Amino acid sequence: MEKENNFFTNKLFGWLIKSAKWYGSEFYITVIGCIIILAIIIITVFAPFIAPNNPIKFVGETFSPPSSEFFMGTDNLGRDVFSRVIYGARVVLSIALLSSIFSAIVGVPLGLLSGFIGGKIDRILSLIMDSIYSFPGLILAIAMAALLGPGIINISIAIAFVYIPTYFRMSRGHTLSVKEELYIEAAKSLGAKSSTILINYIFPNVIQSIVVVFSLNIADAILTAAGLSFLGLGIPPPTPDWGMDLSQGKAFLPSGSWWIITFPGIMISLTTLGFSMIGEGLNEILNPRITER
Amino acid sequence: MVKNLVEVRNLKKYFPVQKGFVETLLARKIDYIKAVDDISFNIRKGEVFGLAGESGSGKTTTGRLILRLTEPTEGKIFFNNTDISSLSPTEMRGFRKRMQIIFQDPYASLNPRMKIGDSIGHSLLIHKICDEDEKRKKVLNIMENVGLTPTNVLYGKYPHQLSGGQRQRAVIARALILQPDLIVADEPIAMADVSVRATLLKLMIDLKHEFNLTYLFITHDLATTKYICDRIAIMYLGKIFETGNIYDVYSNPKHPYTEALLSAVPIPDPKARRKHLIPGGEIPSPINPPPGCRFHPRCPHTMDICSKEEPELIDLGNNHLVACHLK
Repeated sequence: MEKENNFFTNKLFGWLIKSAKWYGSEFYITVIGCIIILAIIIITVFAPFIAPNNPIKFVGETFSPPSSEFFMGTDNLGRDVFSRVIYGARVVLSIALLSSIFSAIVGVPLGLLSGFIGGKIDRILSLIMDSIYSFPGLILAIAMAALLGPGIINISIAIAFVYIPTYFRMSRGHTLSVKEELYIEAAKSLGAKSSTILINYIFPNVIQSIVVVFSLNIADAILTAAGLSFLGLGIPPPTPDWGMDLSQGKAFLPSGSWWIITFPGIMISLTTLGFSMIGEGLNEILNPRITER
Repeated sequence: MVKNLVEVRNLKKYFPVQKGFVETLLARKIDYIKAVDDISFNIRKGEVFGLAGESGSGKTTTGRLILRLTEPTEGKIFFNNTDISSLSPTEMRGFRKRMQIIFQDPYASLNPRMKIGDSIGHSLLIHKICDEDEKRKKVLNIMENVGLTPTNVLYGKYPHQLSGGQRQRAVIARALILQPDLIVADEPIAMADVSVRATLLKLMIDLKHEFNLTYLFITHDLATTKYICDRIAIMYLGKIFETGNIYDVYSNPKHPYTEALLSAVPIPDPKARRKHLIPGGEIPSPINPPPGCRFHPRCPHTMDICSKEEPELIDLGNNHLVACHLK
């Protein structure tokens, strides 16, 4: 059994080293990003087993600093900060993922159509998207969140709305350049319909760049989600949420309780960093000019 | 009497010249690039018709016009006696099965995200000729035909994993799989390595006999046309200058431009001395082509009439037509 384990670890490391040689430093960036995100996902899934205490119950004295009993201390209501940080990942990750998926589902097809059809439709859609894009993202998200009310789905839609233009512009731009390629003309000469050309020839060549935008976008969405709940527009308390904890904890910073906001803050930075690293690394690796040959 | 597969009548294609905003306001009229300017020719069933000329002479545009990949400005194109220049895009789709194109750049004309086998066979699915299983069988068959072996391995490869010659074979296979009547070959071997050019040409000739094809062979290389073509048309600045049997045109060129082009073809004999008739200067702008005969500023035999009157195509017998005042 142990031998088999050894065999697999050897093989895994061999593969890692080989790939690293092939892709260079981008590979390390991607792998580190993946490890961070994987760790956070594991924490999210197994939160009930990892967290020592119930995150919304009062388990100890208020404002107790990090100790052997409370790893990250307790907050103003005597709740365990460590448990809240662990459970908080659930909310943040689901909002970030949902909002990115929502905006991709709306933005990418619109961008494809707009770029492919062109003409008036393209002009109208581009104008709408540019006007959304010109809004400061957080302010637009605040307006949307205020309109839609609290709840994970609503917050996700509010954030998704802000990022639709990002996907739209990306996929429209790529569609415009792919549309002029010779293989599109070849498909036309085969007698392919416009819909076939769009689905079989343009979409597969556009989607690779969307993957990169997607992971960078998640990183951005996490910050926006944290910002929203910091401003009190996120998930209503007492549900653990990093942004909300930051906002409530900041009042107690002057009295010396640094641990209440430090640990959720670190988690927000770490998650954003992880997704950004995956995005940047993938961008380099998926770039066909580098992988070709 | 051999039937005409393609008949081109007074075909014209003018591209409007893109200008800046201020220029558009100031200019009286829009300038046009006369890429193809009033040409007529026939392609007979089963022949290889060559279309030769310098770059910028409108050969490629002509090829694309015949396939309706570009809409003609004026003129008619008959395919098997049907006027395809007036068909709607939907009606045209049915005709696309019967005419295919091989582009110059095989890499750019293959979808980089599609496996070679799927690229070759996609048209079968587009025209709903057969299902996925039968497609695979047919594709493997045609890959065997064009020498894309081992077929099973190459079927699942992506274009960037193939060599240049293999890619061109794949493009040829894609054009052939619908069993078309006409294939427009737009400089099919220009991008290929010199070492595989002859093989590809030979393959194209073999396939022509095997599948009863008709080629429109577009090239700037007259040595190639001699090898493959039955008839040839020489183009210059959107006009046909000379057309006829390959033998007539080569042994007895009537137009000074044809003579000049032929003098540039290398002769495989180190002792042969050839006349250098290569015309000086560049091909003039197709926006404002020279008045009269378009070749007269570069022609060694210019006469007064050349700059005033445009010569018509005159039949010298045996379908050898030439447009020159000298004749």
